[in-house]
Amino acid sequence: MAAHAALSQYLISGLTTGSVYALTALGYCLIYNATKVVNFAQGDFLSLGGLLFYSLLSGLGLPLVPAFVLAVAGVALAGALMERLCLRPARSRDLMVLIFITVAASILARGLMKTVWGKQTLPLPSISPEIPLRFMGAAFTPQNLWVLGITLAAILGLKHFFDRTLTGKAMRAMAANPRAASLMGIDTAGLTTLSFALAGALGALAGILITPITSLSYDVGVLLGLKGFAAAVLGGYGSFAGAVAGGLILGLLESLCAGLLSSAYKDVLAFLVLLLVLFLRPSGILGVKEGRS
Amino acid sequence: MNLTVQARRFMAGLLPLILLVGLTPLVVTNAYYLNVLNVTALNVLVVTGLNLLIGCAGQISLGHAAFFGIGAYVSAILTATYGVNPWLALVAAALATALCALAVGAPTLRLKGNYLVMATLGFNIIVNVLLIQWDDLTGGSGGLTGVPPLVLFGLPLDTDYRFFWLAWGAALIGLLPARNLLHSHVGRALRALHDSPAAAASCGVPIEGYKIKVFVVSAVYASVAGSLYAHYFGIVTPRTFDIFKSVELVTMCLVGGIGSLWGGLFGASFLTPLPQLLHVFEEHQDIIFGAVLLLLLIFLPQGLVGRLEEALARRGIGGAVMPGDSLEERP
Repeated sequence: MAAHAALSQYLISGLTTGSVYALTALGYCLIYNATKVVNFAQGDFLSLGGLLFYSLLSGLGLPLVPAFVLAVAGVALAGALMERLCLRPARSRDLMVLIFITVAASILARGLMKTVWGKQTLPLPSISPEIPLRFMGAAFTPQNLWVLGITLAAILGLKHFFDRTLTGKAMRAMAANPRAASLMGIDTAGLTTLSFALAGALGALAGILITPITSLSYDVGVLLGLKGFAAAVLGGYGSFAGAVAGGLILGLLESLCAGLLSSAYKDVLAFLVLLLVLFLRPSGILGVKEGRS
Repeated sequence: MNLTVQARRFMAGLLPLILLVGLTPLVVTNAYYLNVLNVTALNVLVVTGLNLLIGCAGQISLGHAAFFGIGAYVSAILTATYGVNPWLALVAAALATALCALAVGAPTLRLKGNYLVMATLGFNIIVNVLLIQWDDLTGGSGGLTGVPPLVLFGLPLDTDYRFFWLAWGAALIGLLPARNLLHSHVGRALRALHDSPAAAASCGVPIEGYKIKVFVVSAVYASVAGSLYAHYFGIVTPRTFDIFKSVELVTMCLVGGIGSLWGGLFGASFLTPLPQLLHVFEEHQDIIFGAVLLLLLIFLPQGLVGRLEEALARRGIGGAVMPGDSLEERP
């Protein structure tokens, strides 16, 4: 393979996984901005999205589009329920306790998914038939395009939501100053639930898109979730633009590392980047500089 | 003896515990139960160190399984591969772990906010992948076997019964320096740090230095427990030291009561055997474990021992049975 072909191959696979990291990182940001909680169940939203989509398609035999919509809605509901049932009733407002409530929720969710769907790998079909495509010497499938397209649509949708709608603006106000926002009559409790639902929906999208390429099982979201977390830190934790940038950069770095250096250490890279960012520039690429004391 | 009130309270809690531990092997003779108890003791040691960090500096580490693992692997490699004396290897492992903790902690503990938790989480995953990939040295995912048992006064600690004394001895002795650290001027400074970093700094507490020291000490606790683990089981595998182990360790602190040494002791003693007890439920083990944890964190965030302390305090006998509580001094 010629050098430029190899490079465009890395580019395509890097952007594909990078998109999924970006979606995951956006989920972390949404919940962080609403509650300052790092949601360790974000990865489980990915698994659940893929698993629900699989069951709706193969189990119930639904057509593609309704199955897709229902799977995303289902995980959004799971996100909202997690906020309502686990975080809202918590007796402590200590962040550390709240963060570990998400850890416990994640353990519980993985246990439930293991019981319902079993431990085995499930075959999730791609969104459209696997026709090999070629572009600039790189081989890819329509699934790569679906990942890129749907991620782009989701990002534009979110941007529209936060810039143009009243709910989105209220959510930004709440992130900036929850107390002031609630004094202005903004329903912060409702918006917090909505943030979790949106984070669930984004996680579901990421899961539905990536699991046909990787594989689908009840714990597939664990590593993807942690890498999405690294991407969020890289971009600047809490920054939406940073989450997208961090996700794409991490995806590209990983694919270059796997291609040019060593695929054995591919999974380390995200966390090396995480440590380097924390050591050198803890506010991330696009985050607000508030890390320095 | 001239002991302070707190010290007497601490001893009043410690003595019955020593008695309980001392009597246990007379009652429990089943090797499997002894094994669970030994693992519990090692967890107590790690959790005591972790509690110093969480309770005092108000920082969480999700990397203590990595420090536990570095201790275990350095000990295992030095003794099994290079034939170094196990006790010497234990010290070398502790030094190596301290250096790692310094490297991770020094840059991130200078920052405001919970950057340590992110850094330690990343560190844990990196260490875990290294343990799997660097197979010339670590034996890869299959692990490293043939780690010799520790020898104490010419007696090889190669049975569950013999190791019981070392493990619980270490766990109980480990409480003493932790307790003393909490009640020294460093401990008071750290508590001030926990309550209000700004106030502590303005009183001249060198925040960064203390935080980094306590983090290193807490990592060394994990490392020593890891070394003991390696010599006890004779085999180390990467899976034992993954990120889930770190989560489990922090959970033990939270379930017992944050920053309370007795709480950590209880949390480890409660959560270590729990999966073994839940084993009868086979497939539903994770569901029950997750649900128990979730309910405790939601409804009992001060922890089981913390809740008990509150109840005792209300009856006016606060602290009498539960000394060593780091978060508040009672008059």
